[in-house]
Amino acid sequence: MNPEDIKRSENKVYSRPELLNDMPMHYCPGCSHGVVHKLVAEVLKEMGVEHNCIAVAPVGCAVFAYNYIGVDWIEAAHGRAPAVATGAKRLNPDRLVFTYQGDGDLAAIGTAETIHAANRGENITIIFINNAIYGMTGGQMAPTTLEGQKTATTPYGRRVDLNGYPLKISNLLAQLDGTCYVTRQAVHTPAAVRKAKAAIRHAFEASYSGHGTSVVEIVSTCNSGWKMTPAKANEWMVENMFPAYPLGDLKNNFEK
Amino acid sequence: MAKISGAVEINRERCKGCELCVVACPVKVLSLQPKEVNDRGYHYAYTQFPDKCIGCAACALVCPDACIEVFRAVEK
Repeated sequence: MNPEDIKRSENKVYSRPELLNDMPMHYCPGCSHGVVHKLVAEVLKEMGVEHNCIAVAPVGCAVFAYNYIGVDWIEAAHGRAPAVATGAKRLNPDRLVFTYQGDGDLAAIGTAETIHAANRGENITIIFINNAIYGMTGGQMAPTTLEGQKTATTPYGRRVDLNGYPLKISNLLAQLDGTCYVTRQAVHTPAAVRKAKAAIRHAFEASYSGHGTSVVEIVSTCNSGWKMTPAKANEWMVENMFPAYPLGDLKNNFEK
Repeated sequence: MAKISGAVEINRERCKGCELCVVACPVKVLSLQPKEVNDRGYHYAYTQFPDKCIGCAACALVCPDACIEVFRAVEK
């Protein structure tokens, strides 16, 4: 069969999510942010909540997330997205409220806001992109940087005696009574993308139905910051990030 | 036996040439343009062997810029 004959609308099995607009994304080629944006847009549309949703954008690479996904957004100060989301959810309890944050935003400057929002059990979802580096500012060390990992500010590798240990913030959040669902996923293969999508949907449903805070950590690549090609960065992530940040559900108290 | 054939449509201007779709494709349909570039200067992905496509949508799932549309048809 000629490929041109197959390209008909009744044969379409995958297309660009409707909620993603036509704006070209500013992310580097191969950045995991694009895949997660796509999944969030797909899940919001499938749940039918695109007109009943408030998203909170962080400071970091995802600072322009409001330009790409067609829902209502608030831009929060650096690290304060869970605090802003708390206010948005308390004033609009019937809305789905979620934050979209990176590791510099959530695990460094926003540690207090994140932990206290989760401890209060605010009915929000936190989508946490963990690429072990400050990507936007040029690849400096973040709290989540791996032991021995070379970054712009640790050119000889992260030293535990000087810089401390990598912060596993999802494990911390899973200990809190306020969280109902904490999971760690990745988007490096088609199978992982499908799993991550299911996890995002489960997390949205958990917080939307008032069960508490849900957290989806996506272990991601930053090929520009890591100074690798996108394909090589995925391999590096599987070899080095997954032993430190193993994938899977850390806590699941929500059953549909 | 019914044969499943697929086809992909790549938005070449949106493609940033990250090569993730090329790696993800199980039947090696896709490649990056070796010489040609799009308006933004990226070596965009194209279907080098369109007849091999099975329409599994693996390329579209991993594409960070959502520039791939996938079609699938069953040949009788």
